[in-house]
Amino acid sequence: MPVLQMREALRRAMSEEMRRDPNIFLMGEEVAYYDGAYKVSQGMLEEFGPERVVDTPISENGFAGLGVGAAMVGMRPIIEFMTFNFSLVAYDQVINSAARIYQMSAGQYKCPIVFRGANGAAENLASQHSTSVESIYAHFPGVKVVSVATPYDACGLLKSAIRDDNPVIFLESEMLYGLKGEVPAEEYTIPLGKADLKRDGTDVTIITWGKQVHTCLTAAATLEKDGVSAQVLDLRSIRPLDHEAVFAAVAKTHRVVIVQEGFAFAGMAAELAARIQETCFDLLDGPVRRVTNRDVPMPYSPVLEKQVIITPERIVETVLQAVGRSPNTTNGGAR
Amino acid sequence: MTASAPTPPPALPERSSLPAVTKEGLLHLYREMVLIRRVEELAAKAYTQRKIFGFCHLYIGQESVAVGAAAACQPQDHWVTAYREHGQAMAKGVSPRAVMAELYGKATGCTQGLGGSMHLFDSKVNFMGGYGIVGAHVPLAAGVAWGLKQRKTNGVAVCFFGDGAAHQGAFFEALCLAQLYKLPVVFLCENNFYAMGTAIDRQSALIDMSLRGLGVGMVREQFDGFDVEHVRDRVAAAVEFARSGQGPVILEAITYRYRGHSMSDPAKYRPSGELEEKKKSDPLAISERRLMTDFGVTADELEAVRASVDAEADDAVKFAEESPWPDPAHLYDYTYAPTPEPAAAGSAPEEKR
Repeated sequence: MPVLQMREALRRAMSEEMRRDPNIFLMGEEVAYYDGAYKVSQGMLEEFGPERVVDTPISENGFAGLGVGAAMVGMRPIIEFMTFNFSLVAYDQVINSAARIYQMSAGQYKCPIVFRGANGAAENLASQHSTSVESIYAHFPGVKVVSVATPYDACGLLKSAIRDDNPVIFLESEMLYGLKGEVPAEEYTIPLGKADLKRDGTDVTIITWGKQVHTCLTAAATLEKDGVSAQVLDLRSIRPLDHEAVFAAVAKTHRVVIVQEGFAFAGMAAELAARIQETCFDLLDGPVRRVTNRDVPMPYSPVLEKQVIITPERIVETVLQAVGRSPNTTNGGAR
Repeated sequence: MTASAPTPPPALPERSSLPAVTKEGLLHLYREMVLIRRVEELAAKAYTQRKIFGFCHLYIGQESVAVGAAAACQPQDHWVTAYREHGQAMAKGVSPRAVMAELYGKATGCTQGLGGSMHLFDSKVNFMGGYGIVGAHVPLAAGVAWGLKQRKTNGVAVCFFGDGAAHQGAFFEALCLAQLYKLPVVFLCENNFYAMGTAIDRQSALIDMSLRGLGVGMVREQFDGFDVEHVRDRVAAAVEFARSGQGPVILEAITYRYRGHSMSDPAKYRPSGELEEKKKSDPLAISERRLMTDFGVTADELEAVRASVDAEADDAVKFAEESPWPDPAHLYDYTYAPTPEPAAAGSAPEEKR
C-alpha cells in the first residue's frame, strides 16, 4: 500500500474531488503560487489553474464570507485558513453566516463549504498561534467538525467533507503534516460521524481526536508495561458525534479519560463527560476524567510550554488515577 | 518596490443603455413603491398589535431605491441585503403575502417562520437574504458574484447596505476582494443618514460612502436616490458595467428613512423639522408629480392605483392572519442539509485501523 505524508493525503483528497467536480475551488492565503504555507496544495495551481486555486489577500473575514456566498450559488469552496488561529477573524462568517443559512432560508440555500487548516499548538508558537478551536466551533448546530490524526483518515474524511452539503470545519495539525501513513491506492471515502478505535484495550477508554491520538497511543504503550490495558477511541468527527461508539466503549471498559487539547473550561471534553454520565451513569466505575491544556494562555518558553500542553506522562498519570492505581485522586488534567 | 500613482477608475456612463421610462413603466414603478409603503404601514400596525414580533425595521421613505434597482436588474441577478429588507424583497418579486406571513411567523412565510423580518429569502426570485450582522453580508455578495461568474450565468450580484455598514471591516475586505478578482457585483449603499441613532456626521468623517471604493480602485458614484427613474438609470449603468466583465461598482444612493431604526425607536435624536423637510422629496410624491405633469395621468388614475394596492396589502394581512403556525414537528428539518450517500466509486473499501 502506498505511504503518503499527511499533506500529500490531504492534497490527494482535494485534487481527486476537484477533478470530479468543476465547482470545487481552493482559496486562501498562499495556497497557489507559494504552494501552501505547509505545502499541502503543492502543485495544485499547476494542475487546476488560478481560477480554482486562488491566492487571497490577508482578509480571513472577507474570503471566508466570499466562500459562503459562492457556496450559496452552487460552488463548493474549500477555504484554507493558514492556521485556525486566524479563523477567529472569520468566526462571524463561519457561525453567523455559514452555519445559519440553510436553516434561516428554510432550506432554500445550502452552504457546502469546507474550512480547513492547522489547529492547536505546534512548538513554541506562543500565545496567539497555539489555539485549539474545536470546542468553539462544535458548540453550534449547523456546522460539522472533523479532526484528523492519520493520512488515511485525512484523505477519506476530507473527501466526505467536500461532498457534504453543509459547512465542515476540518482540523489538521501543523505537527502532523509530515506524518507518514498507508493510504490505499484506490479511491475511498470515510463517512463523517464515525469514530475509530485506534487501539484496543479492556481496562480504560481514552477518548481523543486529532494530534492527541498520537500522544494517547504513546501513553497507552507505557500503560501496557504497567499492566493497564487502555483503548484509544479516536472520535475523528466531533460533530456529528458518534454516540454509539462512545457509549459502547464506556460499556466495555467502565472507565473513561478524555484527552482534549485546549482548555477544559466549557470545552468538548466537558460535553462528552456530560453526555456519558447522562446516558451511561450506571456503567461507570468512576468519574470521567479529563486531560487538557492548563488553564492559561500559551507561554513561549519551552520550559513553560511543556507545563501547559498535554504530555504522555500526564495522560498516564490520569489513567492510573482512573483505574485506581494512583493515590492521587485529584482530577489531574483539568483545572 | 516603488509606489505607482493609482490610475483613477473611470466614471460610469452618464446614461445607461436602458430606454427612458414610459408612462406604463412609471405607473408600474409607482405602484410597486406604494405597495411596499402600504404593506409596511400595515406591518407597523400589526406590530403594535403584537402580531409581529422581535425586531422590525421599516423601509418607509427609501422605496425608490429598491424599486429603481429592481427595474435596472434582470431575473438572473441576485440580491443580498441586510435587515431593513421588506421593500427590497417585494421589489425583487417576493409576494406581499409571503413577506407578511413571514413577519407574522407563519408557516406560509417566505422562510416558513424560520427567518422572520431580518431573514427574508426567496430562491425563486434570487433574493438571497436578509442578514442581521451589520456589514457581514457584503463579503457574501462578493462570493455570490464569484459563483455567478464561474458558472457563467451572466448574472450580477447586487448588495444593499446602509451607511452604518460602511464602517465594518467585512465591508472593506469585500471591496478589496471584489476589485482584485474583478467580480460582477454592485455594492449599493443606501445612505439614510443614520446608523441606528447615530447621525452620519457623528459616525463618519466621510459623508459619501461610495468614495470608499476609490481606496481599492473601484468605479464609484453617488446619486440622488429619491427619484425612482434616476435610481433605475444609475443602477442600470452600474449593473451593465459589472455584467460586461469590467469589475465591481460601488454606488451610494442618498435617501432617508421616515421611521426610527426599528419599531422600538421613536427617533428622538432627529433635529426638529428634519423629517418634514425630507418629506418634500418623498419618492412617491416625486413620481406622482411626474406622472401627472409629464404623462398626463389624472388624480383619479392615481387613486385607482392606490386602491388596488390597498386591496393587495389588505389581502397580504388577511393571508398572514389566516395562515397556520409552523409545526414544531419540523423544528429540526433545516439545521443540516441532507447529504447524498457517497457515490459507489468513492465508497470506502475496508475501514482500516
